[in-house]
Amino acid sequence: MRLSDTLYLSIKTVSSYRTRSLLIVLAMALGVAAVVILTALGDGARRYVTNKFSSIGTNLIIVIPGRAETAGGFPGAVLGQTPRDLTLEDANALAHLPQVRRYAPLNIGVAELVAASRLREVTVLGSTAELLPVRHMELAQGRFLTRGTGHGAQILLGAKLAREFFPQGNVIGQRVRLGDRRFLVSGVLKFQGESMGFNTDEIVIIPIDYAQALFNTSSLFRILVEARSRNDIVFTKEAIFDILKQRHDGEEDITVITQDAVLATFDRILRALTLGVAGIAAISLAVAGILVMNVMLVAVSQRTSEIGLLKAIGAPSADIHHLFLVEALLLSLTGGVLGFILGQFGSLLIRLAFPLLPAWPPTWASLAGVTIAFVTGLLASLLPAERAARLNPVQALSAK
Amino acid sequence: MIYLSGITRLFQMGDQEVRALSGINLKIASGEYVSIMGPSGSGKSTLLNIIGLLDRPDLGRYELDGIDVTSLSEIEQACVRRKKIGFVFQSFHLVPRLTAAENIELPLILNGISPTNRKSIVEEALLKFDLSNRAQHRPAEMSGGQRQRTAIARATILRPTAILADEPTGNIDHRNGTEVMALLERLHHTGTTLIVVTHDRELGARADRHIAMRDGEIVMDDISERPNEIE
Repeated sequence: MRLSDTLYLSIKTVSSYRTRSLLIVLAMALGVAAVVILTALGDGARRYVTNKFSSIGTNLIIVIPGRAETAGGFPGAVLGQTPRDLTLEDANALAHLPQVRRYAPLNIGVAELVAASRLREVTVLGSTAELLPVRHMELAQGRFLTRGTGHGAQILLGAKLAREFFPQGNVIGQRVRLGDRRFLVSGVLKFQGESMGFNTDEIVIIPIDYAQALFNTSSLFRILVEARSRNDIVFTKEAIFDILKQRHDGEEDITVITQDAVLATFDRILRALTLGVAGIAAISLAVAGILVMNVMLVAVSQRTSEIGLLKAIGAPSADIHHLFLVEALLLSLTGGVLGFILGQFGSLLIRLAFPLLPAWPPTWASLAGVTIAFVTGLLASLLPAERAARLNPVQALSAK
Repeated sequence: MIYLSGITRLFQMGDQEVRALSGINLKIASGEYVSIMGPSGSGKSTLLNIIGLLDRPDLGRYELDGIDVTSLSEIEQACVRRKKIGFVFQSFHLVPRLTAAENIELPLILNGISPTNRKSIVEEALLKFDLSNRAQHRPAEMSGGQRQRTAIARATILRPTAILADEPTGNIDHRNGTEVMALLERLHHTGTTLIVVTHDRELGARADRHIAMRDGEIVMDDISERPNEIE
């Protein structure tokens, strides 16, 4: 029998048993759609997180006071195990490294912001003009901190704070009080949302020396360093270690985290998570495969007499085998393609509902979903097809 | 020419071995019209299945047109069945979801004939068997006579050398039965071998040669009265 005729007869059969075919197609489609949608969600989350980190800058190196024996997280500095603080002089020393494009010392604290008869506690970042490019921040209006040391008491407001304190929008040049000091608003940050644990819309940024005076400290919370290129990160990290070790009397008492490493870790975790959910969804495809096998076995029983007839009019066992195989494959493939379309549609709905989440189904997941559906259908149809092909024609013809 | 020599068919029924056919020797010349009669369990259907290559004998030799078909592979037997044998069954065995035209088309599909050629061959057959107005009807929408005519059209679409009919009028009324037999006999007159297995004495009597079976053996074959016809 020609392949086109096998296909023709199989399509005829599939379309004749509408309910049965619809159920198999639906089971397969839901399995594939689940794979596509869940991987879109997982991969979307991965991309969302990595994009957030990337937006801060992938060439970023973070220097933290205190030594961590093992990598990751917030090391000793947070727990007060710092043998020696990081200072502005340490930060300035890094400027001499050729691999360093720019750096921004950072202090952080909480203070009371008072302006226009309003008052609230805010997170205060103390830094320099370089913080803007290092953290890839953007201004909505005004200007950032002035370079050099001769700047005045200027303050940048987060977008939400600016709106809360000055709803009329006339922010630049306004006077505010932070703690016990007065500042002049020089700029407003763009809406950025959460980034690196801060809601940048609710922070204020002041010059580093003002921050140190405000919090009565000479140490830094950390130093943000931007390497010239991604390839320079390892050398820069070593150079930072060397120079600070030298400055700290040979003591290696700092921890250096690279943005790249954090990014890679998140990437790995979320990729594994995506694969995990894809695997769970793939189980539903296996279940759908068992359904295909069950339905095809029932079909063989129901059509025993027909199989006998086909043998009587000269169909070899191979033709019968192919008919059942193609029938199951048609159902699986239709289910797979429908599932792919449903998956794409579902992902689109997620993207529309959550615009921040780039829930695009990965190509590999879509391909894998359809392929698994096809392979599952193929495997599930082998036994029924074999059973049909092996039927004794005399017994098959006498079946009711 | 059908030549059976020492054909024995055994079936295992639990612990017991049943001899459905016991050393059958039979020669049927091309173009003969033969009826095989006998009570239930006499082995006539088993004999027809072996002649139609649906079953293999446990012992003996079967030659069809000079070829020992018992030693052929499953695929080769299917090919011989497709090209040389046409089956007509009591219960028609039409595929319920296919139309009359599609049922008739089945052997052509199995024989690898192109759709364009198939169309004209099927149209011709529909006309020949007076089924043109039923071409797009499914079996459930046809009368018993029309179904059997469809089955005969399917059995003869590839112009087989032998038609094997197992109780061809068993499921239809007398008028349609007579019509169906007339149709089969018309095909026989064009040179096709016709072997009819039946319980019906009247139907069996229409054949030129009458074979009676009992307990897996041929107990009567009136060929002996006309030996020259076979030679």
